[in-house]
Amino acid sequence: MSFRLYHLQRATALVLAPLVLAHLFVIFYATSKGLSAASILSRTRGSDGWAAFYGLFVLAAAIHGAIGLRNVLAEWGPAPLARNPRALEAIVWTLALALGALGLRAVYAVVA
Amino acid sequence: MKNLIVSIWRGREDGRFVTYEAPRNESQTVLDIVTYIQREVDPTLSYRFACRVGVCGSCAMTVNGRPRWTCRTHVSKVVEDNRLQIGPLANLPVIKDLATDMTRFFERWQDAKGAFAPTATRADPIAAIKPEDARRQAVDAGIECINCGVCWSACDTVRWNADYLGPAALNRAWTLQNDARDGAAKERLSAVAQKGGCQACHSHQSCERHCPQGLNPTASIAGLKKMSLSAYLRGELK
Amino acid sequence: MSALADRRETGYRRDALWIAALVHRLSGVALALFLPLHFLVLGLAIRSDASLDSFLGWARQPLVKCAEAGVVFCLAVHLAGGLRVLMLETRGWRPGQRNLAIAGVLVAALAGAAYLIGA
Repeated sequence: MSFRLYHLQRATALVLAPLVLAHLFVIFYATSKGLSAASILSRTRGSDGWAAFYGLFVLAAAIHGAIGLRNVLAEWGPAPLARNPRALEAIVWTLALALGALGLRAVYAVVA
Repeated sequence: MKNLIVSIWRGREDGRFVTYEAPRNESQTVLDIVTYIQREVDPTLSYRFACRVGVCGSCAMTVNGRPRWTCRTHVSKVVEDNRLQIGPLANLPVIKDLATDMTRFFERWQDAKGAFAPTATRADPIAAIKPEDARRQAVDAGIECINCGVCWSACDTVRWNADYLGPAALNRAWTLQNDARDGAAKERLSAVAQKGGCQACHSHQSCERHCPQGLNPTASIAGLKKMSLSAYLRGELK
Repeated sequence: MSALADRRETGYRRDALWIAALVHRLSGVALALFLPLHFLVLGLAIRSDASLDSFLGWARQPLVKCAEAGVVFCLAVHLAGGLRVLMLETRGWRPGQRNLAIAGVLVAALAGAAYLIGA
């Protein structure tokens, strides 16, 4: 892994750590109260706070997940791919873009 | 005592395990067993050793699935069900039987700039370094390496990442980074922060678990990661 | 495949920290695979609240709940393992890594169990 990707991976991890912790509490809260879709959406719709929280979460997770998958492929993937730095680089950014786009669409769906 | 059933790797990469029997003795080491078989059963068996007392680092082999220094590994400590399986070190090409080609392992020491770069001449006074100095203590924790290759052989990052410098070379780099007399800290830090450098380590700690000298290369590598992170944040490393 | 690759040489993998790294990697891959599905489901809310609600109803089945508890475990264990590595790499070496790794897995298992019971 390149020096740059390593630090990007750690930086996104640092961003994600508190967000994941908060997200876990959100999950426990929502499921223990048995909240319906309507009651969840009534809390999130029009909320800048939730939009910022999950927007940041999605972007950091997209980058973090893409780099992580790249590293797994580099070590465990089939040799032609694992030994091809360009292909691995392409995979990182394709995955990050795809995950980020899907994620932002989901955030838009629940806050807009 | 019953005879020991010993299977030993014979041939090169495409070789196989061959089973022998060896008499069991008190305080016997794995190296004693290999030597017995070479002297009494099959003189064509190839293996390496020199000092027999844990100093030279040349007799490491894979014993019942784990890398060990065979001269100081007692049979009683590793025998399972009266059986021993002895193979060459992993992650290195096999030359023949139990002898591996350690070229790559040593080349990595060069790649990690594992040579001391002096800053003084013989005319200068000897550098005064206090034993309680924190950097001196970091050096102390890492300097008894005997270059046996056990950590290299126990490391899955070495196995999975062809560029990886490996625990021993990085541990060596860490001791030099803490040596107040050394003058190549910047070049070395950039060498160990390249692709395949300290950042590749997954902290499995297999090196620490298996190092016959009780060293902890994972700790040294963590130190290098921290050191290169602060250099990166200061803009000294790209 | 050479016969040598078959020989027993990976006994070092029977160690808490090796397993911790494996758990970290597998939970990370599982989360990365789960994320797109999660995003697609939330995206249902774009069309209508009702389609998200019908999904939430489907998700109340016991088998689905178990799978969700698995995701919660993966998230918690990846967080705990990641924090340990992050501390190790930025603050320098600390002893007791094996105990920390085991504690992280236990906490994550508790989180997964709590989800199953509480939900």
